[in-house]
Amino acid sequence: MTARRAAVVGLLLVLALTLQASVLPLLSWQGAVPNLVLLLVVAVALVRGSEAGLVVGFVGGLLLDLAPPADHTAGRWALALLLVGVLAGRLHDPRRPRGGSPLAALGTVAAASFVATSVFALAGLVVGDGDLGTGDLLSGLAVALVCDLVVAPLVLPPLLAVLRHTDLEAAPA
Amino acid sequence: MALDTSPPSSQPVRQSAVRQRERVNRRGSLEPGRPGRPKRPLVVALVLAAVTLMTVDRGADGSPVDPARRAVGEVLGPVQAGVAHALDPVLSLPRWVGDQGDLVDRVDDLEAENAELRQQLARTDVDRNRLAEYDGLTAAAEDLGYAMVPARVVGYGAAQTFTRTVTIDAGSRAGLAPDMTVVAAEGLVGRVLRVTSTTATVLLVVDDRSVVGARLGSSMEIGSLTGDGTLDDDGALDLEQVDETAVPRRGDVVVTWGSDAGAPYLSGIPVGEVTAVYSNVRDMTQRAAVRAYVDFSALDVVGVVVPSGTASDRAVIEPDGALR
Repeated sequence: MTARRAAVVGLLLVLALTLQASVLPLLSWQGAVPNLVLLLVVAVALVRGSEAGLVVGFVGGLLLDLAPPADHTAGRWALALLLVGVLAGRLHDPRRPRGGSPLAALGTVAAASFVATSVFALAGLVVGDGDLGTGDLLSGLAVALVCDLVVAPLVLPPLLAVLRHTDLEAAPA
Repeated sequence: MALDTSPPSSQPVRQSAVRQRERVNRRGSLEPGRPGRPKRPLVVALVLAAVTLMTVDRGADGSPVDPARRAVGEVLGPVQAGVAHALDPVLSLPRWVGDQGDLVDRVDDLEAENAELRQQLARTDVDRNRLAEYDGLTAAAEDLGYAMVPARVVGYGAAQTFTRTVTIDAGSRAGLAPDMTVVAAEGLVGRVLRVTSTTATVLLVVDDRSVVGARLGSSMEIGSLTGDGTLDDDGALDLEQVDETAVPRRGDVVVTWGSDAGAPYLSGIPVGEVTAVYSNVRDMTQRAAVRAYVDFSALDVVGVVVPSGTASDRAVIEPDGALR
């Protein structure tokens, strides 16, 4: 049961990673592409709570750190996305399996995108990856935020639906 | 001694009502009562794991994370390549679809380009001298006896990671190794950072960690080219000269200076041309903005420079232009 749920999330992770590296860059805006892994972590956290968000955030972040063509210190996305998983999971409400309002989900994505990219960039500053100016940092944050927000309404609903469907099938009680 | 501690037996009455709150209080921890909330040790463990990973991965070369990176690359690299190739026909569609506005824009662009070309024609003599020098440099690179492995870009690093790297669909099986020069038809692209058996990660010269030894085509002055981390069309590279009194000119061609044994960069590969020169009054230095010849936002086919005679799983382009 749990294995099946994990397998679905694993498959979605690989799909998100591949699309993010190979397909979306052709539609990129200022070089930034929507962070699909982040959206997946938010979706999992909203549907299954903080603990699932935490684990999926860590694993997804780790894959983002290690999958080509990444070339930053490993662990930066892992840290950023596990925090996002925990934070987004706080909005998970087991009494409302249908989830909150779409607007709230969109707000969560905005906050998650901001937090993740900030933590990623700050971790980079701490471990000394490259020399990043404040201007670059802020514009990078803004561009990433816009990208994620534009794609969220298209990607998040199907993601949430797939995850809820798997959960219902796994636990018919 | 009048302290009256309530016995555990009195708890069950209240427990049903405030069980969740009590669990948090009694342990004095942040452990939540609601399902789906993570246990604190798990949070701490994963945060520590991420931090530890960052610490061990700090070493520039020989990082213990590299085998893991390679393993993930071995699995995801072919997936990336497969998806990129499978979607090729779909992704090239926008090139065939355009509206009136696009066409008008294109006519304007071409007219502007025409004017520029006419102007260039008027300056031919100057350019011819420059070209002779520059030809000599590239000829030198050809004579070094290097061959080229063709590859395609199958994955781009996102701007959010603040690095400029791409994945190409050739790896150690095609004869690639770290620190090889990557070029496109227009000029220098970057160098190979690491390889898996079927893919390689390439650091683009526009990455702000990339430093390339450079030479000005006109004055043969040397300097270093640094990327600024953007994929923009103009001034994506910053040239700082060793001889700080030498003044680069607008339109000067910048080629690679080359390193020992041709790694990581061969000499004489065109990189770009000077678009603007800034002089710093305070320390009397000249800096030049260099526009790269390669359009990094639209990379597709690239070549990786390998020693002649390298065993490869695909056709190799030899220095004389023959396919092997």
